Amino acid sequence: MSAPTPQTPDTSTHHDPVENVENAIELKEVEGLSQGRIVLRRFVRHRGAMVAAFALVSIVLLATTSIGWGPIPGWWKHSFTSLNPVVNPGGAPTISFEGGLSFGEHPFGQDNVGKDVFALVMRGTQQSLLVMFIIGLLASTIGIVMGSLAGYFRGRLDNLLMRFTDMVITIPIIMVGAILGAMVGGASPVGLAVALSFVTWTSMARLVRGEFLSLREREFVDAARVAGASHGRIMFKHMLPNAVGVIIVNATLLMASAILLETALSYLGFGINFPDVSLGNLINQYQTAFSTRPWLFWWPGLFIVAIALCVNFIGDGLRDAFDPRQRRIPSRRSMSKKG
Amino acid sequence: MAPEDTAPTTPILTVQDLGVEFFVDGEWFPAAVDVSYQVCPGEVLAIVGESGSGKTQSSMSLIGLLPRNGRASGSARLGDRELIGLTHKQLSRVRGNEVAVIFQEPMTALNPVYTVGFQIVETLRTHLDIGPKAAKARAVELLRMVDIPDPAKSVDKYPHQLSGGQRQRAMIAQALACDPKLLIADEPTTALDVTVQAEILKLMRDLRTRIDAGIVLITHDMGVVADLADRVIVMKNGRIVEAGTVEGIFNDPQHEYTRQLLDAVPHLGKAVEVPNPAGEVAADRPAATAEPRAAVVPDVTDEPALVAEKLVIEYPARGRVPAFRAVDEVDLTIGRGEVVGLVGESGSGKTTVGRAVVGLLPVAGGALRINGQDMTGISSKDLRELRNHVSIVFQDPGSSLNPRLPIGESIGEPLKLHKVAKGADLDRRVEALLDQVHLSRTMRNRYPHELSGGQRQRVGIARALALSPKVLVADEPTSALDVSVQAKVLDLFQELQREHGFACLFISHDLAVVELLSSRIAVMHKGKLVEQGHRDQILRAPTHPYTRRLLAAVPVPDPAEQKIRREERDRLLEEELVRTGVHKAGA
Repeated sequence: MSAPTPQTPDTSTHHDPVENVENAIELKEVEGLSQGRIVLRRFVRHRGAMVAAFALVSIVLLATTSIGWGPIPGWWKHSFTSLNPVVNPGGAPTISFEGGLSFGEHPFGQDNVGKDVFALVMRGTQQSLLVMFIIGLLASTIGIVMGSLAGYFRGRLDNLLMRFTDMVITIPIIMVGAILGAMVGGASPVGLAVALSFVTWTSMARLVRGEFLSLREREFVDAARVAGASHGRIMFKHMLPNAVGVIIVNATLLMASAILLETALSYLGFGINFPDVSLGNLINQYQTAFSTRPWLFWWPGLFIVAIALCVNFIGDGLRDAFDPRQRRIPSRRSMSKKG
Repeated sequence: MAPEDTAPTTPILTVQDLGVEFFVDGEWFPAAVDVSYQVCPGEVLAIVGESGSGKTQSSMSLIGLLPRNGRASGSARLGDRELIGLTHKQLSRVRGNEVAVIFQEPMTALNPVYTVGFQIVETLRTHLDIGPKAAKARAVELLRMVDIPDPAKSVDKYPHQLSGGQRQRAMIAQALACDPKLLIADEPTTALDVTVQAEILKLMRDLRTRIDAGIVLITHDMGVVADLADRVIVMKNGRIVEAGTVEGIFNDPQHEYTRQLLDAVPHLGKAVEVPNPAGEVAADRPAATAEPRAAVVPDVTDEPALVAEKLVIEYPARGRVPAFRAVDEVDLTIGRGEVVGLVGESGSGKTTVGRAVVGLLPVAGGALRINGQDMTGISSKDLRELRNHVSIVFQDPGSSLNPRLPIGESIGEPLKLHKVAKGADLDRRVEALLDQVHLSRTMRNRYPHELSGGQRQRVGIARALALSPKVLVADEPTSALDVSVQAKVLDLFQELQREHGFACLFISHDLAVVELLSSRIAVMHKGKLVEQGHRDQILRAPTHPYTRRLLAAVPVPDPAEQKIRREERDRLLEEELVRTGVHKAGA
């Protein structure tokens, strides 16, 4: 601190023994920890979420480093567009577990023209993840702004925004996504993601509105108002940080549904199109080959399921970590051990 | 009625070396240690202590109502049956049957989807072999015993259809259903208004002579103890520091802590030279001679800090619910540097007035001028300007501080927003404010949940004083605090008021606190200002019947004085009952 007179500031800390022991048990549970640290500690305790977080990070790293990202080259020998001589009959995977694990030339196999399926799946994963993150961020932002405006100002603005939200909800999301995707998206995943964000923000808006409606009745909001805070400051400095739990949890769940939505659209042929690939459009492309070359179908499917599961687990873990009512009750065994 | 002559009655409850521990973060944390006491039939034993002293947990452990991470050790014998270590099944036969509990919050302790009659019948039929018709008849009889008006009809009412006091009565009826040997009353009147509290206390006094049960009364209110208890146990940090008869504890406290606790209790009538419990002094007695010590001499030359003329505040109509007039034609003036106490019970509209003063609620009619600024239809620009001069201390410091902001930032916010200070200057001002409310400067980076209740309220006061306001609204600033903490906060408040000389509207339901601080008192009842005047005049010679009732209802922490006051109170209650015509049937 830039205080000019540091006159023994510590003397008054211990002047009050009664207050210090008051709620000793309660204080012990939270001593010296900020809200963020508490949440982190609870999250780390959630085994499923931690495994999922680790798995998701691994998938992201694998997808980006193997075939490279943009101009940066990766360590994998094939690119997703190159045509290679077919190694195994029919292009079956060369990965084998006999006599130790060996990857071979094309571990995930090849398609009928000799493209490397591993490279294709990695490219598809990249694109799908990109779409997922953009939708997660953009749709959350739209939802937060809509929801907080409606919840804070209530009245006519609330009615207007919420009826608009209802309207967006009533339109089948696949249909809107297909039309918007075809118009804006075309082959570019970014365009598709932006387009989809404009139809997926509704659940976030409703949740944030509900949270704001209850937060605005809290006394610290009145206190800020009396202190002279503007509407914007009250909304973003005072209320939003208190709604962050709901927002983060909903954003992760939104991402999980976004990846499935992208997959569905691409599968239907409205999302990302040839020559670029996403996980959904890989499945679409190769669905006819399911009986003869099942690996073309299984690998992208496996990655879709893995990513969606990971994100859902992380969301679960975050929800538990942010919920203050979730008090961990120690197990009988750990209690009697210490007894 | 006082069994302290150690008659050879066998105690119904003998607690020996009772300990309660909680498992927190891999450690057993003691909440109560070596608690020993006895309760005889027909006796009221009060367990007194502050929050966290273990008074509730040690009592709840008797009937196995500890949280899952708690455990009890030692011995507690009900008659000759050991209670500690019983299985769940054995305990459920004891609970409600031999030991009954009256909880603090009747709204949450009664199930809102069943009628009170159903809940009493349920208790009866769980424990006794009794038919549904007989059980219902017994329920009506029980409700009559606790003086609920028209028991035959009330038995079919849902909890939300009863008033707070009636709900508490219904819960007492349920507790008495099976003629328990032991009744544990956990802060039975804390959630109630002072006038309702008086009625419940009267009921409990009546009951103790009618039923032959021992009562364990858990409370932090010394006035309630003086009113009801025969013997007292004082607990601190999980240990009993003193035990004795009620006269002994109040007149000759041995332990240092007991003395502290008694000193901390604001005593109604202490600030007035001659306390007159009856409140029946001739009305023509001249208003006080001595200037109250808290107040600065009002500056009469200037425009008053606050003027309300026929002030009306309404909560607007919503759908088919008509507009609710919370404050109706209130006239109130506060001079510069003057402290005016505003008292009344919950729902009387006192908080509404306070919120209108700081511009959180619009004025619906009449006039309200703060510091010369008219509040009717005030523009947001003027309101912003005005907020340089007014501020408010809220009731619950736990919810009035943003949990996500360090307290230093909360305190500095008004300064920053009104562009009074920033950067290093802001830091200095915040530190100065922390010094003023006797908080360590090192605390500025802490979050509200890391502070105790008293410390949080100091932060609330520091924030309110940041802009050196001319008008301060204090909305029950100490009602969420323990007595000893309350005493410290009130001291601090008086000190700051002398120093800064702000005008203050002090809202409280506690007359003793208001008496301590204010020079004038205004009494609100059902949205109307029924009486206002100089402090001594209101406290000594109240003219309005409601004020008189309010005064008589306040229990005083002195058993002898309280006895006189009680008789006066009962007389007033009777009068009231006769007047309103709801005199109990079948009495």
